[in-house]
Amino acid sequence: MADEPKQPQPPQVPTGEKPASTPSPVSTPPAKPADAGAPAAPAKPVAPAKPAAPPAPPKPPVVLQTPLDNEMVARYRAKFGAAIVEVMEDRKQAIITVERGRLAEIALYTRDEEKFDMLSDLTAVDWPKREKRFDVVLNLYSFAKNERLRLKAHAGDGEQVPSTVGVWLAADWLEREVFDMFGIVFSGHPHLKRILLPDEWQGYPLRKDYDILQQDTAWVRENLGIESGQ
Amino acid sequence: MGPQHPSTHGVLRVVLKLDGERVIGSECVIGYLHRGVEKIAENRTYQQFAPYVDRMDYVAAVSNGLGYCEAIEKLMLVEAPPRARVIRTILTELQRIASHLLWLGTHALDIGALTPLFYCFREREEILKILEKYCGARLTTHAFRIGGLQYEAYDTFEKDVERFCNDFESRIVEYETLLTNNRIWIGRTKGIGILTAADAIAFGVTGPVLRASGVKWDIRKAAPYAAYDQYKFEIPVGTTGDTYDRYLVRMEEMRQSRLICLQAIENIPAGPILAKVGKVLKPPPGEVYHAIEGPKGELGYYVVSDGSVQPYRVRIRPPSFINLQAFDRMVRGHLVADVVAIIGTIDIVLGEVDR
Repeated sequence: MADEPKQPQPPQVPTGEKPASTPSPVSTPPAKPADAGAPAAPAKPVAPAKPAAPPAPPKPPVVLQTPLDNEMVARYRAKFGAAIVEVMEDRKQAIITVERGRLAEIALYTRDEEKFDMLSDLTAVDWPKREKRFDVVLNLYSFAKNERLRLKAHAGDGEQVPSTVGVWLAADWLEREVFDMFGIVFSGHPHLKRILLPDEWQGYPLRKDYDILQQDTAWVRENLGIESGQ
Repeated sequence: MGPQHPSTHGVLRVVLKLDGERVIGSECVIGYLHRGVEKIAENRTYQQFAPYVDRMDYVAAVSNGLGYCEAIEKLMLVEAPPRARVIRTILTELQRIASHLLWLGTHALDIGALTPLFYCFREREEILKILEKYCGARLTTHAFRIGGLQYEAYDTFEKDVERFCNDFESRIVEYETLLTNNRIWIGRTKGIGILTAADAIAFGVTGPVLRASGVKWDIRKAAPYAAYDQYKFEIPVGTTGDTYDRYLVRMEEMRQSRLICLQAIENIPAGPILAKVGKVLKPPPGEVYHAIEGPKGELGYYVVSDGSVQPYRVRIRPPSFINLQAFDRMVRGHLVADVVAIIGTIDIVLGEVDR
């Protein structure tokens, strides 16, 4: 954090692991959903594995992800049953994971009955080691309740996700961006095409297997007239 | 239209479908400034990524930094000390005024009023001087650190802010003299680009554009962060949601920001400016969404941690990008000349639209 060189110390920016005291179980991104520990808690789909691994040895593990059960959740469960895959709280923020195929239907209910009338954001997260590698994440806000809610749906590579443009107009560009960056196809979207990258671009940059230095070299050569040098 | 048109504030291309001079459809072509900020985030440590966020909305770098730092603090379950929070609030409000001034000057320039630009830049310069004195940079400031601040407020910080605030009161009156009752200004902005409250919410529009449509919603009040819960200020709202209302709302917001600054400098608590966060940041696995009220609207950060030193995913919810989506709704039925006014009134920064 501090930039000024005070004493000759090892580099402050952590490039590797300090082997000294920290056992550091986190050098590789653990992307598996299967939680090794904590059999008592219900499944944790998004929390990366090893929830029991504390960052520092002396501290007891802080439980940040807890199952959530309140009146609203009960209403969801009563209405949609098994389509509500999981409900939890992470750092006091409510997250409902729903079945992919019924996302649009549940979204409509969320807007009209639960009054989450604004779609703040729609994005995705890639967990390539998981069977269904993508999380589609909708961050919602309710003016009436002054509350936020996160809806999530898992999608495998090539699986289509129902579009929510019919529910929130804001989803239009946001879903296009997710398609652009992750290659997730939203079924029912009126004109799903790339939005930030050129239409002819190959590949989906925010997938984890798309290296930071990787480029669409053919596109660069053709359109910019240079070799991308990689 | 565009992408090199001077009124597009960057590189925005708008494909217009016209019937004579009337716009019957439009499509925004964006992405010219796409730099892959979210991808970069996954390959940097939490601290290393902080300066990158300044390059999104580069006329309000302080606000971007505040949102990012607070999001990571939330992820790590730490809180910045009170002194840091107050100084952050002051700088962020000054930045909001600077951002609104830049908007006002260029927006008026687009519509044909040349003079306000010079006045606005005169005051904006004072704010940039304060920022420069504080952290050495004027534009891409990287003013805050995760956990608080790196720099203590300089000796005459309060005095400088107070002097600016005292001067600024009469300066807003000057701008208003030039524009508010100006017949040409009214003719070019009243009834132009109307956005109803229902449309604004459906499009996810936030910030002054939402408030001008009559929705009294400001994250500083709805979910206070930094030190906003300690200060009194009003949320200005409009009635019709046209370009003129958005102008009035932003003018009033500058006044309110000035009041917040004056309240804040009266009592800056003593104490440390940086929480104990350590040099290697490893937030516990999990995710968080944190939003602040940026000058342009809801600036949100959705950060996922896998427990390592690098963020697993940083998603930035850019207000400019989402507000721009309502452009098509606002522009239909208006004349080509009004397109310029409507692009200006949304107050976009293409660095943030494209990231």
